[in-house]
Amino acid sequence: MTIGPDDVRHVAALARLAVPESRIPELVSQLNDILSHMGVLGRVDTSSVTAVAGAGDANMPLRADLGPPIALVHPIASFAPQLRDGFFLVPRLATHEDSGDDELSE
Amino acid sequence: MSANAVGAVLDAYRRMADVDAGPNGLNCVLWTDEARALADAAAVDALPQAGALAGVPFLAKDNIATTHLQTTCGSRILEGYVSPYEATVITRLCDAGAVLVGKTNCDEFAMGSSNENSAYGPVLNPIDRTRVPGGSSGGSAASVAAGIVRIALGSETGGSVRQPASYCGIVGVKPTYGRVSRFGLVAFASSLDQVGVFGTTVDDAALALEVIAGRDPRDATSADCPVGSYRKARTNDLAGVVIGRPREYFPSSLDSRILHLCDEALDGLRARGATVRDVSLPHTDLAIPVYYIIAPAEASSNLARFDGVRYGLRIEAKGLREMYDSTRTRGFGPEVTRRILLGTYVLSAGYYDAYYRKAQQVRTLIAKDFCDVFDSGVHLLFTPTTPSTAFEFGAKSDPYEMYLNDIFTATANLAGVPAISVPIGDVDGLPAGGQLIARHFDEQTMFRGAYALETARKAPA
Repeated sequence: MTIGPDDVRHVAALARLAVPESRIPELVSQLNDILSHMGVLGRVDTSSVTAVAGAGDANMPLRADLGPPIALVHPIASFAPQLRDGFFLVPRLATHEDSGDDELSE
Repeated sequence: MSANAVGAVLDAYRRMADVDAGPNGLNCVLWTDEARALADAAAVDALPQAGALAGVPFLAKDNIATTHLQTTCGSRILEGYVSPYEATVITRLCDAGAVLVGKTNCDEFAMGSSNENSAYGPVLNPIDRTRVPGGSSGGSAASVAAGIVRIALGSETGGSVRQPASYCGIVGVKPTYGRVSRFGLVAFASSLDQVGVFGTTVDDAALALEVIAGRDPRDATSADCPVGSYRKARTNDLAGVVIGRPREYFPSSLDSRILHLCDEALDGLRARGATVRDVSLPHTDLAIPVYYIIAPAEASSNLARFDGVRYGLRIEAKGLREMYDSTRTRGFGPEVTRRILLGTYVLSAGYYDAYYRKAQQVRTLIAKDFCDVFDSGVHLLFTPTTPSTAFEFGAKSDPYEMYLNDIFTATANLAGVPAISVPIGDVDGLPAGGQLIARHFDEQTMFRGAYALETARKAPA
């Protein structure tokens, strides 16, 4: 399997990265080189092997879904880019961008 | 009796000023608050009873959350970010009387083997400033090697403590996965990440690990497993200990000078009563392909949170999608971008089974190799930590060639077993490390071997 420029553009879009066109050829080359070394895995018989998600015998344990939340030393407003009434503010979704309203969304 | 924490902290800052600051400095330390550290030290001195680390200054890698110093992970995307909570490892060290004197430079989001990927410039190797200190915890390793502190925290995902420890001529420990809380460690690859410890000696590392180890209710992956007294493992007697020499870690291409140092180290362990046996870990050569699928896959998911919404950098834009794209593109450096793309690719529809699922299955085989060897009566494995000594800046421009630096270390992360790097000698004036690997949660035996290895070098039998 080899990666082409459209694959890089597609993956970049999935990852929310605006990769400049000028960097695409280099990334295509580097990612193909890296992936060429992964081909060796295809030759390993894993038909009877369980896939593990963690390092131990068991898969990732989950903590109990219980509170209270962790006490914060600093208020959220000290690190949030924009906050109002306890809500993070973000620009409007693209579908609302043409409304002429520059208000931020919560 | 006073711990003289204030004096020790002042010494650390003096040393920092001498070797780290300025255009010709090592660039180990990114963020400090001397007034706060001195106040903390004075509070330690005033305590009626000294903790296990009373008055010991320490540094922490900049991907470990602290509430009064920035936590940037060596990235522009978190520049200026101060965490609203503190990592458990920081709390435990401070509760034992240690004093945090700063945060150390590292490869961005712990992705790198040379510390050339930091947004805040590279760290220089104190042994030879034309060479890298290793990575990703290069700032922590270099600060210990340069004598700024005796103890520093790093983090391990594929060798990011052991490899720089080897390059800088100090001791570096990766504990068993689950031995140390990851609460407050900024996630890179959650199934591999562990906080690790650097020390000038095995004893320093043992003491620090003893303090930070143990169950933490805030990290579900931290194990409820008793923590022994690692310092009690200090011994010069390895009678009854069987050490495996895995042939896959001694390929014919291995630098003959490193091979010679390893042979000398094994002779020293034999002289202290250990039995050395050739063993095999047959899936070792698959570790790098497996690691560089699983780690970027997990990273692509973990780093999705850096989008300009809740904290860190935000590049203003009219639309939400454009803000995400601009923030992440501007905030992440080239290596992080490359790994996010790689991770997103191997998780994407049509490629998941061929890459990610396959890698998880082969990871099972790699872990089974270790279990099989330990079940056969071997207590420890001995290997070189790295295939070479520290290389010059810019020497490895090809990403995969850089990834191969982790060839002897990534296996322990994939299997979750504990491992330690101990200096075993020099090659042309550059330090080399020997690695001891133990069974899950058997840090006690790992330290027993490490103490003996350290002693063997200093006082050959």
